Amino acid sequence: MNQRSRLNLLVVQVLIISLMLALLGRLFYLQIAAGPKYRDAALSIQSRDVVSPATRGLIVDSSGVPLALNKVGLAITIDRIAIDSQPDKGVEVMQRLSKLLKLQYADVFRNTRLCGELPQGQRAGCWTGSRYQPIPITKEADPDIALQIVERSDQFPGVDAQPIAIRSYPGVLGVNGAHVLGYVGPLTQGDLSNTSGKKYFRSESIGKSGLEIMYDSYLRGIPGIRTLIVDRKEAITSQAQNTSPIPGDHLVTSLDVRLQAATEVALADAVRRGRANGYTSDSGAAVVMDIRNGQILAIASYPTYDPNIFEKGLTVEQASDLFSEKKAVPALSRALQGLFAPASTFKSVSVIAAADAGYNLNASYNCPSEVQVGTRAFQNFESKSAGTMSLKKALAISCDTIWYRIAFDEWLRDGGLRPKADPNDYFFKAAQSFNITQRVGIDLPSESSSRLADRSFKKSWYQQNKDFYCNYKDRTTKAQQTPFLILLAKENCVDGDKIRAGDAVNFSIGQGETVVTPLKLAQMYAAIGNGGTIWQMMVGKAIVKTDGTVLKTMVPQKLGSLKASKSTLDFLQQALREVVVSGTGAGVFAGFPLEVSGKTGTAQVFGRNLNGSLKDDTSWFASFAPTKKPRYAVVMMVSQGGFGASTSGVGVRKIYESLFGVQGNKVIPGAALFLDGKPPKVLPKISPATKPKVVP
Amino acid sequence: MSQIYARSQLYRRKRPSIFEGFDAVLTAALALLLIIGTLLVYAATRDWYARNGLDPQYYLKRHVINIAIGIALAYGTTVIDYRLLRAYTPIFWGLAVLGLIIVMIPGLGSSVNGARAWISLPGGFQIQPAELAKIAIIIGMSMLLSERSHDSNQPSSRDVFQALIIAGIPVLLIIVQPDMGTAFIISASVITIVAVSGAPSRWVVGLLVLAILMATVATQTGVISEYQLKRLQTFVDPTADTQGAGYQLRQARITVGSGGLLGTGLFNGPQTNGRFVPEQQTDFIFTVAGEELGFLGSGVIIFLYLLILMRAFAIARRTSDPFGRLVVTGVIAWFAFQIFENIGMTLGLMPMTGVPLPFISYGGSSMFATLIGFGLLQNVHARSRG
Repeated sequence: MNQRSRLNLLVVQVLIISLMLALLGRLFYLQIAAGPKYRDAALSIQSRDVVSPATRGLIVDSSGVPLALNKVGLAITIDRIAIDSQPDKGVEVMQRLSKLLKLQYADVFRNTRLCGELPQGQRAGCWTGSRYQPIPITKEADPDIALQIVERSDQFPGVDAQPIAIRSYPGVLGVNGAHVLGYVGPLTQGDLSNTSGKKYFRSESIGKSGLEIMYDSYLRGIPGIRTLIVDRKEAITSQAQNTSPIPGDHLVTSLDVRLQAATEVALADAVRRGRANGYTSDSGAAVVMDIRNGQILAIASYPTYDPNIFEKGLTVEQASDLFSEKKAVPALSRALQGLFAPASTFKSVSVIAAADAGYNLNASYNCPSEVQVGTRAFQNFESKSAGTMSLKKALAISCDTIWYRIAFDEWLRDGGLRPKADPNDYFFKAAQSFNITQRVGIDLPSESSSRLADRSFKKSWYQQNKDFYCNYKDRTTKAQQTPFLILLAKENCVDGDKIRAGDAVNFSIGQGETVVTPLKLAQMYAAIGNGGTIWQMMVGKAIVKTDGTVLKTMVPQKLGSLKASKSTLDFLQQALREVVVSGTGAGVFAGFPLEVSGKTGTAQVFGRNLNGSLKDDTSWFASFAPTKKPRYAVVMMVSQGGFGASTSGVGVRKIYESLFGVQGNKVIPGAALFLDGKPPKVLPKISPATKPKVVP
Repeated sequence: MSQIYARSQLYRRKRPSIFEGFDAVLTAALALLLIIGTLLVYAATRDWYARNGLDPQYYLKRHVINIAIGIALAYGTTVIDYRLLRAYTPIFWGLAVLGLIIVMIPGLGSSVNGARAWISLPGGFQIQPAELAKIAIIIGMSMLLSERSHDSNQPSSRDVFQALIIAGIPVLLIIVQPDMGTAFIISASVITIVAVSGAPSRWVVGLLVLAILMATVATQTGVISEYQLKRLQTFVDPTADTQGAGYQLRQARITVGSGGLLGTGLFNGPQTNGRFVPEQQTDFIFTVAGEELGFLGSGVIIFLYLLILMRAFAIARRTSDPFGRLVVTGVIAWFAFQIFENIGMTLGLMPMTGVPLPFISYGGSSMFATLIGFGLLQNVHARSRG
């Protein structure tokens, strides 16, 4: 062997040893370093989870009547993977299917698109779930049609029909409850990505809004999982785990289905009445609460929608209607999301402010037709002078000018536009003690915060808008540059951070920047009625397991208490009674056999409707009853409903009639909804078959 | 002096016993690999065949028969004087080239995984002439490069050129099939033999450059069929094709990776039993070892290969016969590059080609050829002692 051969042999040997070591190194990386990653990957290849959804818990009212339950439906589903692989992407199949189901092809098409596949603005009705699960077109198909689809599977490749459990809102006594109950729907990619720390399974339905989403973790239960080990042909080789589904727990609410039905009817009637009187009356809300503990007995919002449409299969039209401004956005719950100026209902706050400021509540005050505030004259409501009267009477007839006077005087005393370092701010402080800017804490999603136009609000508002008002001419179109608006802008630029006299007097009658939700006003009137306690408001009462044991009781918290003396509250309660006896509420409650205390409110609204008309006044009626031993607070609001009394006042009376069992001007014995005048405390037995106890 | 000594040794061993003169370590390593391979082939097929209503021992039985035939061939190769092989080499070579031509003829050759590499025989048997070609090329080249017509210590350029013709014809036929894996292995062996033969360095360098150039040209100009290219591309980006070649590579890697240190235990691999890796008893047999025997078991296999190769290097160094040395060198390169290509493919280090794992993969032609190759190692060893 020559030298070169020997050397080359050595080189080859070194090369080959290196190759073998490279294999060992790579093997070490795959099996040891990256082993766990590949083990997970292998597991996902081999195992298939078959999820059998748990029966969702019921939602019942305080006597056990079901508000949400489950029934068996027949789903027609489309498999996106299957239809996408067809030459025409399933167009023909979907056309045939929509004809058979008497649906619009456009609806079926959109229902089967993932939301991300559609351009912005055309997503209503899109599928929020995953591409890999069968997409239901309808869940309540006619069995004959379903049979046709199954029998003619060659004509409907990728389409299937199978029985499934669907959520049903039975609408006992015609109850709608859409905004409070919510609805369920498929999981979204976001739900699955586990950011909330909850573990979901792909085929589950979850709560999407209302109580359904708030109590989803209880209602949903735990689905049964069968983990199958499969081979390459998806044939099952063994079973790794098998758990049975654990049904969801039931939710007992404090709602009463009879009162809820009556409240919804009273609200719809009020809206209709407002429209009959020539007001736009686009929307409204009503709420009934137990003022002793914060529990909600009924809560309604107008306009509403059928909560069952989601399970039936939403058409494109239905989906876009939900958020259509023309239809006044039915998806929005006015009770907890609508913000409106409280108007004269806010004078209850002003009474407390006046008492704190040292005004004699029992003295007489003059109610002129107008009050000069700086350079501007502020008119009384309808510019009428009412003469001299007690403060009680002034509240009853809703005199504005008395409050202008007091508010203006107090504003001046606090230093006017150059406020003192430590102003008294009686009005702001009285309002703050109602915790206005704090949410009522209701167990429903997306509650809006009410807004109080006090000094700190003004400052932050100015910070945000100063730039706009100080450069008004550059920031606006010619049409917006009317002399009045330019003047307003100039004023706002100069001292927009200060409480001006106009702000102060407007504040005292609940106009201006202060806006509240109907729930907040109910909470405020409940506090006045119950002697000063601000209760958290809640709909859920308890979580009850399927075997009847109570898992959890929800107790509303005391959120605060009014800083008003007992004598002031006594006076206020009497004054609010006077409203109904001889004031603005007297006509509406004439002959009513029980004592009710309340306050009307008619709030001016600026701006125009879509059709160009000026916006009508917000109609409010806030109340509690019975006056002597208050138990319930009832508030109704109709946006653009006109007068407080004639639109909402009548509606509130209707609600009380149902609550107390009043027909005409008489209490029908045994017709009151609650025995002893108290909502039930004991939790009911839960059964989907429970019927409401209908009173004569 | 040493030659006289060697000759006297030869005369002394007139009637050797059948195991005498065998390298015991080599034999033990081979025996272990054959046993492990048998278990792996059985593990790869028993569950799936049983579940599909077939004989679970179908592959096991055939594999054992293949081994038996292969051992007989190896023994035959060992006991005849390898110098006698020279006489038969032209016949082997001719048969191999003939076989490689036959596979091109429609009706006679059959195509597996896109390569027309097989001749179908009656009774469901298939033979792969490329495997025979490997042996013919190694022996043929060794012959030409070791026998000199002139008095020189190194082969002349003429010798090298002739040797390259011997190798070139079958290699071209194999490229046409196309079976790039085998072409790569033979080319690597050819270069190794030329290098160790002591031929001028320009030949070695030239051949290396040529090999790289051809590989580049082949991929660029589409001489490599679409099927081959796809396999190569999926090597670069395994996620490119989720069901085809990329699927196989990804499954193979997951299967090996999921084995961890100790593996799931023989016959207990869910990936293997679920048959997620295609061709698992042949080209992807190493995934069974990876999943069921883990890093330790798979490491033992690589170690056994390394042991055989190191013993073979020792044989190549010890033998005084240039022909024997070149034969051993060729066999080493063949085994080493085939092992590296096969396991490397399984682990994602090498592109995907249909190359079986020596001594372990199921498949008659490969088993026979590699065992004959092993026989050559023993043969040279037996006749070079001292």
